Amino acid sequence: MKYSANSVWENRDCYDVAVVGAGHAGCEAALATARMGFKTILFTVSVDGIALMPCNPNIGGSSKGHLVREIDALGGEMGKVIDRTFIQSKMLNRSKGPAVHSLRAQADKADYSRTMRQVLQNQERLDIRQMEVTDILTEELKTTNDEKTTIVEKKYAAKRVIGVRTYSGATYRCKAVILCTGTYLKARCIYGEVSMQTGPNGLQAANYLSDSLKSIGIEMYRFKTGTPARIDKNSIDFSKMEEQKGDKRIVPFSFATNPDDVQIEQESCWLTYTNETTHDIIRKNLDRSPLFSGMIEGTGPRYCPSIEDKVVKFADKNRHQVFIEPEGRETTEMYVGGMSSSLPEDVQYAMYRSVPGLEHAKIVRNAYAIEYDCIDARQLKSTLEFKNVEGLFSGGQFNGSSGYEEAAAQGLVAGINAARKLQGKEGIVIDRSQGYIGVLIDDLVTKESHEPYRMMTSRAEYRLLLRQDNADLRLTKIGYDVGLIDKERYQKLLKKEQMIFDEIERVNRTNIGTSEEVQRLLENHGSTPLVSGIKLAELIRRPELSYECLESIDKERPELPFDVVEQVNINIKYEGYIKRQERQVEQFKKLENKKIPEDLDYEKIKSLRIEAKQKLNAMRPISIGQASRISGVSPADISVLLVYLGGERLN
Amino acid sequence: MESKETIAAISTGMTNSGISIVRISGDEAFLVIDKIYRGKATLSGAMSHTIHYGFIVDMGDTIDEVLVSIMRAPRTFTGEDTVEINCHGGMFVTQKILATVIKNGARLAQPGEFTKRAFLNGKMDLTQAESVMDVIQSQNEYALHSSIGQLKGNLKRKIEGMREMILYHTAYIETALDDPEHVDMENYGKELLPVIEKISEDVRRLIESADAGRLMKEGINTVILGKPNVGKSSLLNALSGYDRAIVTNIEGTTRDVLEEQVRVGGIVLNLMDTAGIRETSDEIEKIGVDRALKYAEDADLILYVVDASRSLDENDEKILDYIYDRKFVILLNKSDLNVQITQEILQNRIKEKYEENFIINISAKNGTGIEEFVEMLKKICFRGELRLNEEVYITNLRQKEALQRAREALGKVEESIGMGMPEDFYSIDMMDAYEALGTITGETVGEDLINEIFSKFCMGK
Repeated sequence: MKYSANSVWENRDCYDVAVVGAGHAGCEAALATARMGFKTILFTVSVDGIALMPCNPNIGGSSKGHLVREIDALGGEMGKVIDRTFIQSKMLNRSKGPAVHSLRAQADKADYSRTMRQVLQNQERLDIRQMEVTDILTEELKTTNDEKTTIVEKKYAAKRVIGVRTYSGATYRCKAVILCTGTYLKARCIYGEVSMQTGPNGLQAANYLSDSLKSIGIEMYRFKTGTPARIDKNSIDFSKMEEQKGDKRIVPFSFATNPDDVQIEQESCWLTYTNETTHDIIRKNLDRSPLFSGMIEGTGPRYCPSIEDKVVKFADKNRHQVFIEPEGRETTEMYVGGMSSSLPEDVQYAMYRSVPGLEHAKIVRNAYAIEYDCIDARQLKSTLEFKNVEGLFSGGQFNGSSGYEEAAAQGLVAGINAARKLQGKEGIVIDRSQGYIGVLIDDLVTKESHEPYRMMTSRAEYRLLLRQDNADLRLTKIGYDVGLIDKERYQKLLKKEQMIFDEIERVNRTNIGTSEEVQRLLENHGSTPLVSGIKLAELIRRPELSYECLESIDKERPELPFDVVEQVNINIKYEGYIKRQERQVEQFKKLENKKIPEDLDYEKIKSLRIEAKQKLNAMRPISIGQASRISGVSPADISVLLVYLGGERLN
Repeated sequence: MESKETIAAISTGMTNSGISIVRISGDEAFLVIDKIYRGKATLSGAMSHTIHYGFIVDMGDTIDEVLVSIMRAPRTFTGEDTVEINCHGGMFVTQKILATVIKNGARLAQPGEFTKRAFLNGKMDLTQAESVMDVIQSQNEYALHSSIGQLKGNLKRKIEGMREMILYHTAYIETALDDPEHVDMENYGKELLPVIEKISEDVRRLIESADAGRLMKEGINTVILGKPNVGKSSLLNALSGYDRAIVTNIEGTTRDVLEEQVRVGGIVLNLMDTAGIRETSDEIEKIGVDRALKYAEDADLILYVVDASRSLDENDEKILDYIYDRKFVILLNKSDLNVQITQEILQNRIKEKYEENFIINISAKNGTGIEEFVEMLKKICFRGELRLNEEVYITNLRQKEALQRAREALGKVEESIGMGMPEDFYSIDMMDAYEALGTITGETVGEDLINEIFSKFCMGK
């Protein structure tokens, strides 16, 4: 039972913003609004569950590492907290191109949560409240003159948010609400025939908010994901596994962290493999899996398949990798990466114990699948505000994504834009050529998705430009403009930019002659000797050479910080590829900059195909570029739109 | 898409005529013409609205003797710098000139694009603009229809095969990048290079085949249908003899469909003579009948030959039902003999749908009525009722352009592999090639890569 009528009361502490949920999205959202000057209340079902990492014990990884760096450049918190709480760090894909280098750190989960909680607790204008939010309170927007109000306008932002109500019956009035409910809405955890109405880790689910959202016209989906078991370290025989160590020289996530501060002693991860015995156990018990019996209805992610999924789908593979990862320094729990499952408990024991090194494994926490309510994010604008409810924003897994980093990125953007709204300013939209955050949000709000969305580098069209090494150059200015990056950091960035520019200029100008010293250096690096003088930039472009290794023959070279050297090297070395992508971006921007009026009635454009009309009316894209990415809108429809909008302009 | 790119197209009809015009519009129109025009003056320096005599030259070879009109923005149809090349009207020459123009920096115009630009540059009012939008939409459907129609069979299979290969390898690279600890990619370039070289070579062959004969062969795909012994073959002979200009004579792949290209009244017809349509229990004949109907399905125009000396029977009814929705002309043959069927009878049969008369009396044997037929053919073509074929042509050049883009992208992959670049550089150009080839088969990229990654490769976690 929710509150009774006589327990209803109103809290008069005058908050500007209410954030619902204190996971990775909620934390960033609440910090952003509070830092941007708004009194914020952050609701969570459990203060002990703030910034919880209920699945994998790491942050970053391919493309996710990019997200964390971008969050940091915009003034978010995730990068700083992981820099203080990681226990192992690796730069993935180091042997590949700079665009796909990706930082990943193993986190001390408890330390991460605690540290983030401290940041929140010490943040001015931010209050934490342990309480379940059950209702979103809205008022109808007054429509103007009935005659003039078309159906479209009525559908569009028909309501405005005015506050929230809690399970206890308290009403909190506010001007903006940010929903970051993660996997908690009507959550259900399942393994075998056991099903519990709880959120992750046995935490209390939020069972009322979904209905309130539906009642204000928001459409809900049901998604599913899963996690592997946690096994007691003392029961594992590591001698049968391969040790996976961290990098020798650690690179921090945050551009504000001093690299010298993160050179810590690291914990190891361990690699082992499943085998045919494991697969036999799984195959024999498939009929007991809730996934195959139909007990789970939600749609699961293809990129994060359970071990039973993998065994069925890739039947020809006779082994799968299993990574044993520590959950922290002060716990003996180990995460069994690669073996998430919803098989019954007895099968879990048998299956884990068939893996070399895990023969005597003691399970601390079972593997389980979790089902939860989320939304079709196409109901959101690119600012992450609901199209039909003014002042209501959302971020994170609630929007149909997955992953801590994806969540944090959206939470940050939702927070920034909620604050901008209250400031009376236009929302910030990072486009696909500016950052992975832009790709993430644009995909979520534009494309239909049937599974939790995960970031991947292949989703970014301009990934050569969207590198993790230049996230600060791309986004710090935006962070500064919205007020989340201080002046000192911004000026440091401008200085860096200048140094990079000057050095590239110099390298392009500098001639290298055919002196004996030069020829010898080339020879030492297995590079063809020179026949005549050459520009230094040309030499850097040779695959076997780099800016750094040519130092001794570059007499005029100034002393530069490492991050500047890195940018100079990348920009010169890959100039051809980078220029090509820049040209593509120019084309892309042209369509992106063609804005579509918010109240455009597509029904009036008779040459559009019916399907396109429906999709466009429902989605209300902000630009021609976004319209072109909606499935069901053809290039011809886009031409028609261009002509139509051109005509409107002329009249 | 709107952009400042310079565009070009043949702005006269797609049939042989005295003069054809290739129009170039955009900021670089003069730059393009300077590269390929040889005459007294350099055209980029010429006064606006002047005409110049000279030659179009491609890599030293003179293609045609031409008159070139120079018109500077904004006083042009599109409102942009415009060049019009007036050349001799043969399709082959005109297309060669267009191809040269494209090779030198212009892009092939989309259907309705000149008009669209004219509108966007304020050269038209809204009413005109609305008709432009309609044209864009309808032509798009035409193009789609015709490109798919054309792509049945070999070419389509070939391109799909290449796309599959590209997608598979890209997905592999992307999976390895996404999940480097699960998927290994050592020395992938070595493995990939021969694959890319092979695809690139296949693409080159396709481009060549497009150059060599394909464009020459373009014409209106016309199928002659009728019952047995109504005079279909005589008609074929009569038409092909009309101006004695058989260009090719290709044996049909089936023994019962004969293809001949004829030129009548400046219009190129790809005539296909088919087996007589009738109910039959003879297996071999039945195959012939099925083939005939299948060809008719893909045809731009159907010539339905009726023997005027015999009454209509159930086989005629069947054909009439069949051609009802198609573009057709009925030829009442043997109209010099004892006439059983008149134009009126046939007209009544089809009048619900067609107010106009598409029925002509001919005698294939004596050659009477052929002229009247040619006139009707011209009417149909020049009024633009038979636009389908034009679209087929456009998609062809467009196909070639797409093939060239694909080849360029594949070349960049080879280059990257050769230079020892890391694998993530390959996949960017591979996806460009994939996309270019997809425009030929009418498919867009969408979520293809993501789907391939998930379906073919096992990801971790």
